Amino acid sequence: MLTLAPVCGPEAAIARANPVAKLAAVAVLSTTALVAADWLTPLLLLAAIAVALPFTGIRPGPLARRLRWLWLAAGTVVLVNAVFAADHTGTLLFDAGPLRISTGSLLAGTAIGLRVCVAATAGVLVFATTDPTDLADALNQQLKTPPRFTLGALAALRLLPLLSAEWRHITTARRARGLEGGWNPLRRLRLFASTMFTLLVGAIRRAGRLAAAMDARGFDSGIPRTHARDQRMTPPDWALLAAAFLVSAAAVACSTALGVFTVVV
Amino acid sequence: MIKVEFRGFAWRHAGRRAQAVSDVDLRVEPGERVLLLGPSGSGKSTLLAALAGLLTADSGEQDGDVLLDGRPALELQPRVGILFQDPETQLVMARSGDDVAFGLENQAVPPDRIWPRVHRALDAVGFPYEPSRDTHALSGGEQQRLALAGVLARRPGLILLDEPTANLDPEGAEAIREALRSALADTEATMIVIEHRVADLLDLVDRVIALGPGGTLIADGPAEKVLAEHGDHLAAQGVWVPGAPVPRRPAPAPGDTALRGEGLTLVHPRADRPALDGVSFDLRAGELLAVTGPNGSGKSTLALLAGGLAAPTRGRATVPGEPRPLHRLPARRLATRVGSVFQDPEHQFVTATVRDELAFGPRQAGWPKDRVDARVSELLERLRLAPLAAANPHTLSGGEARRLSVAGALAAAPGVLLLDEPTFGQDRRTWGELVDLTADIRDEGTALLAVTHDRDFAAALATRELVLDAGRAREGEHR
Amino acid sequence: MPDSTLPAAPGRWRTVDILTCAVLAVAFGVVFWAWNFVWAGMEPVLKFLPPLAGVLYGLWLIPAVLAPLIVRRAGAGVLTEALAATVSALLGSFWGVFVVYQGLIQGLGGELAFAAGRYRRYDTAIAAASGALAALFATLFDVFVYYPNYDLWTYQVPYVAFAMVSGALVAGLGSKALVKAMLPTGVLDRFPAGRERARI
Ligand SMILES: Nc1ncnc2c1ncn2[C@@H]1O[C@H](COP(=O)(O)OP(=O)(O)OP(=O)(O)O)[C@@H](O)[C@H]1O
Ligand SMILES: Nc1ncnc2c1ncn2[C@@H]1O[C@H](COP(=O)(O)OP(=O)(O)OP(=O)(O)O)[C@@H](O)[C@H]1O
Ligand SMILES: [Mg+2]
Ligand SMILES: [Mg+2]
Repeated sequence: MLTLAPVCGPEAAIARANPVAKLAAVAVLSTTALVAADWLTPLLLLAAIAVALPFTGIRPGPLARRLRWLWLAAGTVVLVNAVFAADHTGTLLFDAGPLRISTGSLLAGTAIGLRVCVAATAGVLVFATTDPTDLADALNQQLKTPPRFTLGALAALRLLPLLSAEWRHITTARRARGLEGGWNPLRRLRLFASTMFTLLVGAIRRAGRLAAAMDARGFDSGIPRTHARDQRMTPPDWALLAAAFLVSAAAVACSTALGVFTVVV
Repeated sequence: MIKVEFRGFAWRHAGRRAQAVSDVDLRVEPGERVLLLGPSGSGKSTLLAALAGLLTADSGEQDGDVLLDGRPALELQPRVGILFQDPETQLVMARSGDDVAFGLENQAVPPDRIWPRVHRALDAVGFPYEPSRDTHALSGGEQQRLALAGVLARRPGLILLDEPTANLDPEGAEAIREALRSALADTEATMIVIEHRVADLLDLVDRVIALGPGGTLIADGPAEKVLAEHGDHLAAQGVWVPGAPVPRRPAPAPGDTALRGEGLTLVHPRADRPALDGVSFDLRAGELLAVTGPNGSGKSTLALLAGGLAAPTRGRATVPGEPRPLHRLPARRLATRVGSVFQDPEHQFVTATVRDELAFGPRQAGWPKDRVDARVSELLERLRLAPLAAANPHTLSGGEARRLSVAGALAAAPGVLLLDEPTFGQDRRTWGELVDLTADIRDEGTALLAVTHDRDFAAALATRELVLDAGRAREGEHR
Repeated sequence: MPDSTLPAAPGRWRTVDILTCAVLAVAFGVVFWAWNFVWAGMEPVLKFLPPLAGVLYGLWLIPAVLAPLIVRRAGAGVLTEALAATVSALLGSFWGVFVVYQGLIQGLGGELAFAAGRYRRYDTAIAAASGALAALFATLFDVFVYYPNYDLWTYQVPYVAFAMVSGALVAGLGSKALVKAMLPTGVLDRFPAGRERARI
């Protein structure tokens, strides 16, 4: 199913933080990891996140389970970058014709693997601890995004479990009609396309009905809406944001001082 | 309390050649409670949409006027509330209280006054949970009550209800009627309701308006009078007129076993109890076995397992002459042995025309072309789908789509047909057609299993009944 | 009212336009999730054949082309693709904020083609161009973020090129074909795209 176990309780510090502040903090960290091309900066960022983890109230068990496949993904990224690197510097560790790994290419690959790790862990910190309703509220109230779009997106998000159940129903109904993928890739592909088509037709129809129901409750009245739920930036939220900037700056400063810092071209 | 007036009103939906309604002249006095009747496609929903301000200039073409308290309907939109039939696509927010608050935010109600109004509206409909309740954790009936609370919280002067109970099972429908009764007693608002099953609503209304095709007025007046004078005509048009006789189609003696279920059990991962727990049954040719029971009792699960569409945790479903259990059969072969028809017909459509849809099964089964053609023509005639042969299945009305999905499952001539809620949300006329169709299929010797909440349907056709309760078969209910 | 009242040029978004884009994005969240099962086991293998991985790229770009083809409003591609990316982030994608960036970037790429047609042209050529541009932007992002050390001519360029072909074919022509198949179902009647259907 398309639902995930929460990684923290509703009372955890991170769950109570303002979603926009959280998102911004994580964006700062991830973007730093994105811009830096060396191995040290993402490593320092990762270390900073690890140090901060105990204070967020996130349960280690569910977090580890959520990141279970990360090691494989990050490992693959390291390996492919090491193998396919344009130039191999340092000593050759592995040499089988076109497939070569050198210390230089391995280090470069590791840098990218660490970048993925930063993005993934930071991503869990924000996306797995944020209620979509709170996110939409905060976007509307703190960033003044147009509420028709955020709330429209939120209403659509509510259909996610419905649509995923629908996918299963359509697949079952196709088996009843004699359609099955089996091991033939072409047939699988055709079945996939036809299931997708039926799902999309139903989705557009639902969108129309939902839009009518929302308009009937004055969604498109043009009156500036009020907010039933208050989202605000508290001092801890500002502190979180400041900490993200400080950590990023410190990581960059540190690796620059050690002379390893490079940026992605 | 709002006065409603249609003056020479006509509407053509964008993309349509014909007008959905034309020349409608109608008045509803402030505080009146009106029931709107009419055959499917007569434009009832279009009229309500016009009152709710949902027919905007970019969605079609209007003639005449729709006036609320003498002003164009669009201007009074904030004072009109409308409830639709589908609970799932009316809720906007993830938490119940937030959903009720949604309409108030749109109306710019000051934040400190929103929550008292939310609580009052939830009380008015007898919502049994905390406002923080996740809307996904509600049954259809509860979702519909929540949507009603969302309408009431806006304190509308005109309440519009478009088949509010059509998509609910009997218990859910009764709960929403109960909620309506108490809520309407507390307000002076004018109300207009569309409903095919009128018997249960008559105590809520003091006037009945019956429309014919194209929105022409057929009858108007107190309920008893309209139903007494036009009852037969309305029943023929698809209205469930109270007291109209329900057909019975007694079955001939059943034949041999066509499908056998042995100890069918399904446990979902992480579920605390099996969805279905050791249910066995014998389905014989020429009989209809009705599977009934409360929500969540495992009826649909039984249909899936019996149809070989899901692998049981334990037990097996088999048909004679096939050594493997059904869930192990390749789909092509399965479709020639057992046909399954799901609640939503659209999920089953796999081609772009009605004709191809009927030819699909036989072609899959490898029938020669002339035999396929003969079969398709026969089914088109018998199910009165011939005029629609070239239509896209997704454009059919509810009743037509249902008939097509049954025909599609029957096309490859399986000996067994499984139906999940075949009469759900159908009007009286379609219902009657479905009863006749099912009876014909049964009497030709097909073995039928029908999951249903519909007492009348079971009474009309079933030879036996299998009652499920919390995944187990309740004994001794065979008739 | 004649059909000219149906907005074709970008203007104020109707609620149904917003909801259609948003629900499409969510529906594609489901489609991508199901796609993982279709190609279960294939992904890691393809990782080692980056140019070939590019061939399968088009599927992820369908929302960027399909939504503008249906609602025909400025920004529909960016909105839908960014939202689809956010949905996958909420569903636990590894790439965290990166996936949102990527959604924005590829949505923007797809949008460029429609903008070049001044939001008046929604034909096959524009759809294919939109798919190709979305793929270009998406794979450039990939190359910078995930494969910066690859050899330019043997890996990076073929990867981008294959993806662009796939984007043009799968996302571009595929979306056009989807719209064409949807027309007779009547679900597009409320949209400008539905005008191309004969009145019934
Ligand atoms: N959004 C739409 N676009 C195009 N045509 C429509 C639309 N909604 C309704 N119609 C058509 O307008 C006519 C009247 O439909 P309407 O839904 O008002 O009927 P109804 O009396 O409510 O029927 P039912 O009992 O089936 O709900 C039908 O022919 C229908 O196909
Ligand atoms: N995918 C699933 N995962 C976990 N539990 C499920 C799943 N599908 C169904 N169930 C549970 O299995 C039980 C039986 O469900 P089923 O759909 O068969 O009931 P039903 O009798 O058809 O109900 P209804 O009258 O509402 O259609 C229910 O308690 C339901 O919550
Ligand atoms: Mg209707
Ligand atoms: Mg069921």
